[in-house]
Amino acid sequence: MALETANIQEKIAQKFGNEVLNFETHSGIFTFEVASESAHDAIQFLKEDTELNFHFLTDLCAIHYPDNDVNHQYAVVYLLHNWVENFRIKVKTYLNGENPQVKTVCDLFLSANWMERETYDFYGIAFKGHPQLKRILNMDEMVSFPMRKEFPLEDSGRTDKDDRFFGRTKTNNQHV
Amino acid sequence: MSELLLPPEHRYAKIIKDQLNEDGSEYSILNLGPTHPATHGIFQNILLMDGERILDAEPTIGYIHRAFEKIAENRPFYQITPLTDRMNYCSSPINNLGWWMTVEKLLNIEVPKRAQYLRVIVMELARITDHLICNSILGVDTGAYTGFLYVFQFREKVYEIYEEICGARLTTNMGRIGGFERDWTPKAFELLRTFLEEFPPAWKEFENLFERNRIFIDRTVNVGPISAEKAMSYGFTGPNLRAAGIDYDVRVAEPYSSYEDFDFIVPVGKSGDTYDRFCVRNAEVWESLSIIRQALDKLPEGPYHADVPDYYLPPKEDVYTSMESLIYHFKIVMGEVPVPVAEVYHAVEGGNGELGFYLVTDGSRTPYRLHFRRPCFIYYQAYPEMIKGAMLSDAIVILSSLNVIAGELDA
Amino acid sequence: MSTRTKLVPPPEGVSGEGFFATKLNDVVGLARANSLWPLPFATSCCGIEFMATMASHYDLARFGSERVSFSPRQADMLMVMGTISKKMAPILRQVYEQMSEPRWVISVGACACSGGIFDTYSVLQGIDKVIPVDVYVPGCPPRPEQIVDGVMQLQELVKNESVRRRNSPEYKELLASYNL
Repeated sequence: MALETANIQEKIAQKFGNEVLNFETHSGIFTFEVASESAHDAIQFLKEDTELNFHFLTDLCAIHYPDNDVNHQYAVVYLLHNWVENFRIKVKTYLNGENPQVKTVCDLFLSANWMERETYDFYGIAFKGHPQLKRILNMDEMVSFPMRKEFPLEDSGRTDKDDRFFGRTKTNNQHV
Repeated sequence: MSELLLPPEHRYAKIIKDQLNEDGSEYSILNLGPTHPATHGIFQNILLMDGERILDAEPTIGYIHRAFEKIAENRPFYQITPLTDRMNYCSSPINNLGWWMTVEKLLNIEVPKRAQYLRVIVMELARITDHLICNSILGVDTGAYTGFLYVFQFREKVYEIYEEICGARLTTNMGRIGGFERDWTPKAFELLRTFLEEFPPAWKEFENLFERNRIFIDRTVNVGPISAEKAMSYGFTGPNLRAAGIDYDVRVAEPYSSYEDFDFIVPVGKSGDTYDRFCVRNAEVWESLSIIRQALDKLPEGPYHADVPDYYLPPKEDVYTSMESLIYHFKIVMGEVPVPVAEVYHAVEGGNGELGFYLVTDGSRTPYRLHFRRPCFIYYQAYPEMIKGAMLSDAIVILSSLNVIAGELDA
Repeated sequence: MSTRTKLVPPPEGVSGEGFFATKLNDVVGLARANSLWPLPFATSCCGIEFMATMASHYDLARFGSERVSFSPRQADMLMVMGTISKKMAPILRQVYEQMSEPRWVISVGACACSGGIFDTYSVLQGIDKVIPVDVYVPGCPPRPEQIVDGVMQLQELVKNESVRRRNSPEYKELLASYNL
C-alpha cells in the first residue's frame, strides 16, 4: 500500500497528539515538527511501525536560528527514508538556546553515531545517552562551537591577509 | 618532539594492562597514522592488536577539515561550486551538477532536455573515473601496480574531455544554474567517441588481470564482509551497499536529469566482502559506458541552458550592447537575485553513494545553512567493525575497497 | 638511442687519461639533483594530480624520482600536496623533523602555499608557517607539467647548493626561526 501524507499525519497525530505540529511539505518532502522530549520516541515510532517503516536515516544535522526566541534557537533535523515505498520524511525538533539537549537516536540507527558527534562539534548540542560524545572534525582542544552564527569564518589571528582588501572590517564576521 | 600519541588513560592502555595471554604475550597498539602510504587520505586508526590480528580500532578523522559548511554560509550560490568540487575530488562533476540541481529545485527551473542529457554523460564519465581510481588502487594495495598505470592513461583521456567542456582537469567547477556555460564543441564529441572505442578493451584487460587471479581472490574474498541489515543501519549507500545485496540507487529511486529515459541495470553483490565491492564497481563501469552510448545516440538538439535571465549570465556581447543584459549581469554578479525562502533536499548518486545537499535559504544572496550529506563520512563509521578479527594486511585492503576519500570525509 | 632524450651533461672540469677533475660541489650537486627521492605528503586534490604525475603519461620517474619513499629518513624531498589543517600541522612538522639532511620541501598547490581558497579557522594558511619551504608550486590543482617544473626548479637549486650549506650559521638561523 502506498504511503500517503494524510495517512502518516493521521497516525502520528493520533499517537503523539499535541507534541507534533506544523505538518508541511517542503519541496516535495513531508515534514513535521516535534517537541524535543518526544523526538526519540517519534523517530522510534516512524522506524518500528510496520506500515510506516522508515528504516533508513539519511541525514542528521542542526541549524542555528539566533533570531528566534530562546526556546527555538537550535533545530535538529532528521531525514528518514523508506526504501520500500520510496518515501522521504523530515522531522524537525527545536531546542533551547542556552542548554540544547535531545535524546540520541544511536540505539535506533548505527549511522547516527558520527552524525551526532559532528552536530555536537559544530553546535554544542548535547545528545543524551550518546556512547562517545566528543569532537570529531575539529581539534579536541577547541572550546567554541564553530558553526554557530556568532563564530567568525576566518581565523582572526592570521597575519598574512589584510582584511581591508577583502572588504571586511576589523572584526571579520561583520559583512560590509 | 611532541607528546605521547596515546595518553595513559586511554581505554586500550587499561585493556593491555589487564589482559595477558597464556603464552606470556600481550596485546599491542599500532598506530595506522594519518600519513601512511596505504591509507589513501589522511585519517588515523589506533589499532589494538593481538599479534597480527586486530581486536579493536579507534578512528580519528578531521585532519583535513576545511569548514565547507561554514564557508558556504558566506558565499553566493555560484561561488559554492568550487567547494563542492573539492569534496569528492575524484569525480567532481557529479558534486557540481548535484549542487546545481539543488539550486534549480529551489528556484523551480526546468532544464532543457539537451542540457540534461549532456549532464548525464558528464556524470557517468565522472563515475567511471571514480571507479577507475578505486579499483586500480585496490590492485596497488594487493601488490599489482600494473593495473594502475594502464588505467590512469584513460583518466588522462577523460581529463582531455573535461578540459574541452569546461577548461579544467580535476576540479571542474562545471555548469551554471539551468545548464552549461557553453555548448559542447565538435572536438569534445570526437574525444568522447574515441574514448568510448578505446576504453572498453582496456577495461576488459584490467578486469582479466584481476577477476580470476588466484592471488587477488585469496586476498579479497571473505575479507571485510558486512551483512545487508548492518549496512543499512550504518547508513551505507552506493556500491558498498549494493555489494551487500540491496539494490538502492538514487538514479532509479528518484530519477533526476532524465535518468528515467535510459535503460541500465544496477549490479548487486551477495556477501558484501571486498571482492564483491570490486566486482560491483567493475560492473557499474560497464553500465555507465552503456548509459553514455544511449545518451549520445538520443541526444536532442536544443538550447544548452534554461532561459532564466535572472540567474544565468548573459553573453558578453549582449552585456556590452543591450541595457537589460547589462542590468542582469550586474545583478547576478552582485548577488541581487530573487531567492525564495525555502528548505530543499536533493540527492544524487555520487561515486560512493547518496550525496545529498540540504539547503536552507532566507532570501539573501548566500545560503542560511547548507549541509552536505557525505556518504564517505557516514559509512566510514562501520570500518572498526569490519576489521575486527582481520589481519593487518586485510585492514588495508578493506579500507581501499571502501573508497574513502578524505575530502568528502571531513568536508 | 633517440636524439630527443637529453642525458645529464657532466660538470665542468679537466679530464685526462683515466681521470676527471672537477669541484666536489658540482659532483655532489649533480648526484643529488638527479636522484631526488620524494616523500609524497598527499592530503587532498593535489594528491590526485601527483598520482597523474607519477603515472605513465607525465612520468616523474624520468627525473630520478623513481622510488617514492614513505619513510622520512630515506627521502630527500618532502612534497606537501593539498590542504594542511591546523590539526595536521604538528604531524607535518614531525615528519619534517624526522627527515635527515639534506632535505628540501616543495609546496604543491595553493592550499599548501598559502591556504588556498580556504580562508577559515581550521586551515593553516600556508605550510611555511611551520616548516621552511624551498619551492612553491601554485595552482588549484597545478597541472602535472607544473609539478614537474617545480621539481626541475628544485633540481637547479640542489645542483648549485654548496656542500657546506647545512652546517652554515645562516641555515641554523633559518631552522631556529622555525623553532626546529
